[in-house]
Amino acid sequence: MIDFSILIDNWDTYLEGFKNTIFASLIGLVGSFVIGVIVAVMRIAPIKPLNWIGTVYVEFIRNIPLLIIAFFFYVGLPAIGVTLPGFVAGTIALSIYTASFIAEAIRAGIQSVPKGQMEAARSSGLTYLQAMRLIILPQAIKIVIPPIGNQFINLVKNSSILGMIAGLDLMYFGDIVSSHTFVTFDVYIFVALFYLVLTIPLSLGVGYLEKRLARSH
Amino acid sequence: MDIAGALSADHLKFLADGFMVTLYIAFISIVLSFIVGILLGTLRYAKIPVVSKIVAVIIETIRNTPLLLIIFFTFFALPEVGIKLSVTVAAILALTVFESAMLAEIVRGGLNSIDKGQIEAARSSGLTYIQTLWHIVMPQALRRMIPPIVSQFISLLKDTSLCVIIALPEFMHNAQIIYAQNVNYIFPIFFVVALMYFIVNYCLSLIARRLESKQA
Repeated sequence: MIDFSILIDNWDTYLEGFKNTIFASLIGLVGSFVIGVIVAVMRIAPIKPLNWIGTVYVEFIRNIPLLIIAFFFYVGLPAIGVTLPGFVAGTIALSIYTASFIAEAIRAGIQSVPKGQMEAARSSGLTYLQAMRLIILPQAIKIVIPPIGNQFINLVKNSSILGMIAGLDLMYFGDIVSSHTFVTFDVYIFVALFYLVLTIPLSLGVGYLEKRLARSH
Repeated sequence: MDIAGALSADHLKFLADGFMVTLYIAFISIVLSFIVGILLGTLRYAKIPVVSKIVAVIIETIRNTPLLLIIFFTFFALPEVGIKLSVTVAAILALTVFESAMLAEIVRGGLNSIDKGQIEAARSSGLTYIQTLWHIVMPQALRRMIPPIVSQFISLLKDTSLCVIIALPEFMHNAQIIYAQNVNYIFPIFFVVALMYFIVNYCLSLIARRLESKQA
């Protein structure tokens, strides 16, 4: 049977990791959203060189492992004299990686709004940016929310990578508890439960949103 | 930076060996996951009382757990309950468990995408439920599952890198061994490793997109 005294005795350690996992996920969400919006705008803006940069970013980043990006910031940068703590390196990597997926979700959402609307808005005198902000984005946002929600769930799970670069997250503190108690099995069952406490409600929430937004179309 | 030193013939061969392990582990895992995924996905789709609910809980639990944790668990925690696995087997087991849950959802999505009218038509022409699934729904659904499965394989190729945590001699692991020798190797090695992942995965993603647009 699972030994709950491990959870109770090391509650503070687990909680510290849990808090940092939430922090990393939230910072990663904001960071990846900001980068994602910028990249998505670059990909659809009517300026060719920006399109290329946006496309290269998305295609390159989402086709390489997150681990490489994390190691790049944690192991690679010190080689040129920039040393980042694991938490910072990991959170930057999470933001950069997740941004490529969010950019694609946003682009798909914007392009799902019929082209005629942009043309109509432009010919009634709105600038490109006004048309984007007032006409296209409010409609696109509905389509974009569920996939971004799914990316956030992935982000929470992917934040476990911090454990590999001393990022003080749940995985990292799980390791500490297991080296104190000499138990691995039970310790990591509890680590998994902490993740599930975050991801299961998120999944249910995203599933609910998907259904509701699908019905409203 | 020492590009020539980092990318010496020996190093490149060592990296290639690692990449073969990555491909091999990912391929075995996706094949096994496909089998388990078809089973789990169909069970969840079929809405069998109790069974489908249990399967749904299993799938959702696995899908919502970090893969890194599952890899760690199969290699470091299972020995505590008497299950000692080699690094390779632990890696394949962990990836298969995780990917099976992912593929089960792709399978269910494929099955759900088939028009319900076809099931009713098949049933009323005398086929049993199982026959309908096997002869009518599954063949059409399988075709629709191919593009998302290729995409899932791309994820799997990337995720195999997480097996460095159990020292599986795959691509990332071998890369680490090389750049750990000399600080000047770090950037060239990172570049080559990222480029290699990119080339393979980008080609796969083009294939997935092509298949998708053919079906649409």
